[in-house]
Amino acid sequence: MDSTSIATTPHELESSGLPHAHDHPAFMRHHFEDIGQQREAASFGMWVFLLTEIMFFGGLFCAYLILRNWYHPAFVAGSNTLNIALGTTNTAVLIGSSFTMAMAVYSAEMRRKGQLILFLTLTILLGFVFIGIKGVEWTTEYQEQHVPGINFSIQEFVHPTNPKAIPLAPDMAEKTQLYFFLYFAMTGMHALHMIIGISLLFFMVWRASRGAYTAGHVIPVENFGLYWHFVDIVWIFLFPLLYLISRYR
Amino acid sequence: MSTIVSLPDQSTAKLPSKSYLNQEYGLKSWLLTGDHKRIAMLYLFSITFFFIIGGVLAGLIRLELLTPPADLMATDTYNKVFSMHGIIMVFLFLVPSVPATIGNFLIPLMVGARDLAFPKINLLSWYLYWIGGIFILSAMVLGGVDTGWTFTTPLSTHYVNTHVVTAAMGIFMAGFSSIFTGLNFIVTIHRMRCPGMTWFRLPLFVWGHYATSIIMILGTPVLAITLVLVALERIFNIGVFDPTKGGDPLLFQHLFWFYSHPAVYIMILPGMAVISEVISTFSRKRVFGYTAVAFSSVAIAVFGFLVWEHHMFIMGVSQYSALVFSLMTMLVAVPSAIKIFNWSMTLYKGSITFETPMLYAFGFIGLFTIGGLTGIFLATLGMDIHLTETYFVVAHFHFVMVGGMLMAYMAGIHFWWPKMTGRMYPEAMSKTAAVITFIGFIVTFFPQFILGYLGMPRRYAAYPADFQVLNVFSTAGASILGIGYLLPLLYLPWSLIYGQIAGNNPWQATGLEWQIQSPPLTENFTEIPIMDHEAYDYEWLANKTHHEVQTVG
Repeated sequence: MDSTSIATTPHELESSGLPHAHDHPAFMRHHFEDIGQQREAASFGMWVFLLTEIMFFGGLFCAYLILRNWYHPAFVAGSNTLNIALGTTNTAVLIGSSFTMAMAVYSAEMRRKGQLILFLTLTILLGFVFIGIKGVEWTTEYQEQHVPGINFSIQEFVHPTNPKAIPLAPDMAEKTQLYFFLYFAMTGMHALHMIIGISLLFFMVWRASRGAYTAGHVIPVENFGLYWHFVDIVWIFLFPLLYLISRYR
Repeated sequence: MSTIVSLPDQSTAKLPSKSYLNQEYGLKSWLLTGDHKRIAMLYLFSITFFFIIGGVLAGLIRLELLTPPADLMATDTYNKVFSMHGIIMVFLFLVPSVPATIGNFLIPLMVGARDLAFPKINLLSWYLYWIGGIFILSAMVLGGVDTGWTFTTPLSTHYVNTHVVTAAMGIFMAGFSSIFTGLNFIVTIHRMRCPGMTWFRLPLFVWGHYATSIIMILGTPVLAITLVLVALERIFNIGVFDPTKGGDPLLFQHLFWFYSHPAVYIMILPGMAVISEVISTFSRKRVFGYTAVAFSSVAIAVFGFLVWEHHMFIMGVSQYSALVFSLMTMLVAVPSAIKIFNWSMTLYKGSITFETPMLYAFGFIGLFTIGGLTGIFLATLGMDIHLTETYFVVAHFHFVMVGGMLMAYMAGIHFWWPKMTGRMYPEAMSKTAAVITFIGFIVTFFPQFILGYLGMPRRYAAYPADFQVLNVFSTAGASILGIGYLLPLLYLPWSLIYGQIAGNNPWQATGLEWQIQSPPLTENFTEIPIMDHEAYDYEWLANKTHHEVQTVG
């Protein structure tokens, strides 16, 4: 190897610590060689992060799978008390928010600042609508005494008020508590991700209003879009698993 | 064949006038740094702090076990002491030990990059580590945790009245710190390699850390959600893991060990990564079977995810699944053996010298082999029923973790100390420490194999008087081991001021990190290097040094 290819002598400008001539965009970090490398690293990093998120939710899905197989009647009974209209609306709202987010990424790429802010704001609004509807559902469940650990009564499952529901034996009715625990753990964890996402969106609207993403630096919007779509996809799995068990009866 | 390498004359070596240590000054320049080398140093101080706490707790355990009755401390205090020892040593020392310090320092240097891909996330991981550390310390100060480091349910969720939630949240935070370290390594290794640095030119250190990072990002989130479920169950008294409410305590075991078994590979793979570098450097030979060693790291990471049930053989799992997991566990021995055999072949006909890192590396090979082979005993279904929950498991685990990983960590710290600080450690003193550590280790933990085989159960403060002789051996060994660890704590700081100045490449090693000044500049390379030779090419190094450009600092 040519010994000069590993430089061991400090370069005049680099090591002096003084600001040096910039021949690259301001958003490029100095430890990257070029903007392409920065973009690839950021995007790859986001995918790896989403992989950890899949494993994180995976633990919950695993618990759900096992307990649902054991206590299927309880899971059916618990699931059938949920409000399917609100659940479906929320699914539509979330898919809509993914659309506005995708449009936000597109606007950033097209360098349209106004449009970017508009779509980010719409995403925030839809996010709030989702959380709001979820809040209504949680409140209803609280009123129906379906919150494990706070107020939980098996009354509704042993002696259902709904004539179409099948009454459960008391020991199986106890197991609906596990269903509702998983329901709150999974939707709660999902809502937490939504809240984190909405907070980040506020920050991004502020940054976007200062023109941060419409001068070629699309990576943050793109990566946030990946996160938002991921949270959306988690809901796409949660909706049938929690709301639609044996609805055909 | 090995290349004849003569070590450079250090009497003329000078410290470079500019390095990452002095390019900026002040506390703020350290606490807000993005420089992977400074973050590695922050980690080094932090994990040493927690190692000392964990070590003191280990000393208390051994002191209690000096005599058969529970006389030094109350039995529930003893439970808290060994639990805190386990939690601190596993989550705050072993998991971050090599990756967050030596790995953080070296991976960018080895792949030829100026920094890790995400410097701010790297710093964030250090802060998360400390938040986790403070949670765990406060759990200890407030009264401790007595479930063991395994948080077995329903004990941890319903039957103990200690600070389980605080400790679990600490581990949750420390877990995210480890996820971020792994994420950073994976992206850096994929995307930041310098021109010409192909995957099969990477030093084996990088391969080892790549495999470790895979486990970190895939395993740790599962532990995180498991601990969240444990905390929720404790707070709201509802039971995914509680059998009285229809939950499944075995589910907790599955989820916990799905992380915690791969986690032992998080703890050992970086150690193996260090050993590859040290063995090659001090035998002046390319690592024998480079590709096999590289892939064996990845194989360990992959197999490591498929063996977790061997912690649960006596917990009432299906016998058929136990058979499969027993077989899979034995298969992990294959890639581990590939490494041991290939290191031995690397030594064969090498120009071996016995500097301190090499002594530690020999310690690693011997002790890890014993630790690994006793793992086969435990993987055998019939044997496991007799040996599990006894001191045999304790000895097996400590042979791999302390005899393996800690030896490797010490090897790595000594090996790269000149690169990190620019100064040599005192050689005679450190050789003494290495030998003392080895002797102390054997005396401490070998008797525990016999104790366990005779049936002494783990996690009890008291034991029958018949077992006392071996326990006295073990405690005596622990005090020798303590001296072995105390010495580096004294002479390494001493060497920061009085150590001999090392020069760029005191070992005549081939890695990219050795071709730049010690300690390196903040930006590592003034120009991004171009790699045109294999890793461990001592011929290249021998020819290169004829006209090496000396650092002008």
